Amino acid sequence: MSAETLEPIVTLTSTCIVLPAENVDTDQIIPARFLKTIGRRGLGEHLFADWRVDEKGLPRPEFPLNSPEARDSAILVAGHNFGCGSSREHAPWALIDYGFRALISTGFADIFRNNALKTGLLPVALTTSAHAMLLDQLAESPRAPVTIDLETQTATLPDGTLHAFAVDPFARHCLLNGVDELGFLLGQDAAIAVYESTHSSRVCTS
Amino acid sequence: MTQRTLFEKIWDDHQVRPESESTPAVLYVDLHLVHEVTSPQAFAELRNRGARVRRPDLTLATMDHSTPTTPRSAGRLQVLDTQASAQLDQLATNCGEFGIRLFDLDDSRQGIVHVIGPEQGLTQPGMTIVCGDSHTSTHGAFGALAFGIGTSEVGYVLATQTLLQRKPRNMEVRIDGVLPSGVTAKDIILAIIAKIGIGGATGNVLEYTGSAIRALGMEERMTICNMSIEAGARAGLIAPDDTTANYVSGRPFAPVGAEWDAALSRWDKLTSDEGARYDRSVHLEAKSLAPMITFGTNPSMAIPIDGRVPDPAAASSGAERTDLDKALRYMALEPGQSLLGHAVDVVFVGSCTNSRISDLRQAAAVMRGRHVAPGVRMLVVPGSRTVKTEAEAEGLDRVFKEAGAEWREAGCSMCIAMNGDQLRPGESAVSTSNRNFEGRQGKGGRTFLASPLTAAATAVTGAIADIRTLS
Repeated sequence: MSAETLEPIVTLTSTCIVLPAENVDTDQIIPARFLKTIGRRGLGEHLFADWRVDEKGLPRPEFPLNSPEARDSAILVAGHNFGCGSSREHAPWALIDYGFRALISTGFADIFRNNALKTGLLPVALTTSAHAMLLDQLAESPRAPVTIDLETQTATLPDGTLHAFAVDPFARHCLLNGVDELGFLLGQDAAIAVYESTHSSRVCTS
Repeated sequence: MTQRTLFEKIWDDHQVRPESESTPAVLYVDLHLVHEVTSPQAFAELRNRGARVRRPDLTLATMDHSTPTTPRSAGRLQVLDTQASAQLDQLATNCGEFGIRLFDLDDSRQGIVHVIGPEQGLTQPGMTIVCGDSHTSTHGAFGALAFGIGTSEVGYVLATQTLLQRKPRNMEVRIDGVLPSGVTAKDIILAIIAKIGIGGATGNVLEYTGSAIRALGMEERMTICNMSIEAGARAGLIAPDDTTANYVSGRPFAPVGAEWDAALSRWDKLTSDEGARYDRSVHLEAKSLAPMITFGTNPSMAIPIDGRVPDPAAASSGAERTDLDKALRYMALEPGQSLLGHAVDVVFVGSCTNSRISDLRQAAAVMRGRHVAPGVRMLVVPGSRTVKTEAEAEGLDRVFKEAGAEWREAGCSMCIAMNGDQLRPGESAVSTSNRNFEGRQGKGGRTFLASPLTAAATAVTGAIADIRTLS
């Protein structure tokens, strides 16, 4: 986490936006032409840019993020293997900047999941059956709320059923207690120095 | 002592602190590669905290993603894009302030980060290597544990030379036998990704084994490891051998004298022990492979070049059917059609997957005495200035130029389309790069991933062509 990280989420209750596609890659989440920034903010405007906007620059009405309700939803529900592809942390930055605080899928790509957790965006991987139930319920009642509880590691679906999800214990501890990972690593200085004194450098770039 | 895989040996050797249930391992990083796109926010974070770079001597920066590849004028590259220019300037400022060596646009060693590490002899067996770029897996070709990280983690490594990591699982991909003519490393990796799927290796470090892998040169091994991430893998590894040592020997940052001897004896132990256990193993027979090409919008959507585009109706699940449907619509392809003879607008030879000297030699061998077909634009983008110089010394630049191709400056170029090199909406390209995601090579552009041989055969034909039957 960094100085710019959002406040930790303990519980979150929100309506959802559903983007049912599988294997959504980070080039879709934030196309590479928007990576020429030296900051972290302002990327929400370009979130899913090429899916949101057509060739003429007009919003595609059928795209879920263009619905009038989208701006109020803090949870994005997507298909399996969300965030595959590049390591760009601009992807979670863009999702957060747009207003999302949690993602629900059945699985996330490794680097994306790591990046999300470090920026305060919670990736929630449900079982395939719970995910399917959620999609069914949202198809019936698109504005029904879902509650995510990081403390108990459960998601409460619109029908009131509770479903457990896994989060790395350390990431959970950091998110719940506002522990800063870089601060934690800086605190390992003595152990790192011992390692360096017993393992010689393999290369020297300078 | 228990038998360990190559991955486990490298992992064990880099634990500053082993993992526990509550805390990931603190893993030491031997080499940190930095580029302009994923580092500015990390340096800003260090500044916010008043932190220094712990080991500038284990860090190297280059400029590659947003750099122009248009020919130099009076020896200088002109960066016309003001945003890209500001980002490049920021990297120079950051490297100056924090004492990091930078191969900038005026440096004769500048190039794609995953080309220059190996080329300079910085990438060596047994090391841990990270970079804010998912194709860091490339360096695994040397038996180094190398993986991509996000910008927060770039900051962690700058400040502490360590990362918090959970130990990934370990999967073996074995390819035995002899490759048929016209089939290259690129075809092997595309076949592997098609077999295990776009997320099939998530959470795993892959180790590529078998006689077909042993027979490959280092640049071909890099092509294989480069695309490990396209199956979702954390990293890809190939155990070092004489081929590896011969490649590293004599390079600018390689060890010499007694240090070289010590390195060789260390590298000798870097193999998976007989009887070591992988979490999963996958086998392919080299003799059954053909030149591969992608038809869809992720790298696992690939077929043998003389195959047929699959029918979404035959997909095994509803989700897969939807995915395929969407991909074929985007690519403007019909189920069951052959890709051979499918017209293209652009051919791109380049990227960290296929821009090294052997790739350029392969493409040039096809182009020699032939001409790029009318209406087709072919870009050849060497991976580094070193590769460019070497190619020019061999006359490859003349072969490409005489054939009507563009011979350009080093960089990522049309692989990521950040620098102005891009497809126009609706254009199709055969590309030697690594990603065919929607819009990857330019908004609305359609990408067919293939080997340098297939790319060159396509360029001279004007349509997707099979190198094995090129007249």
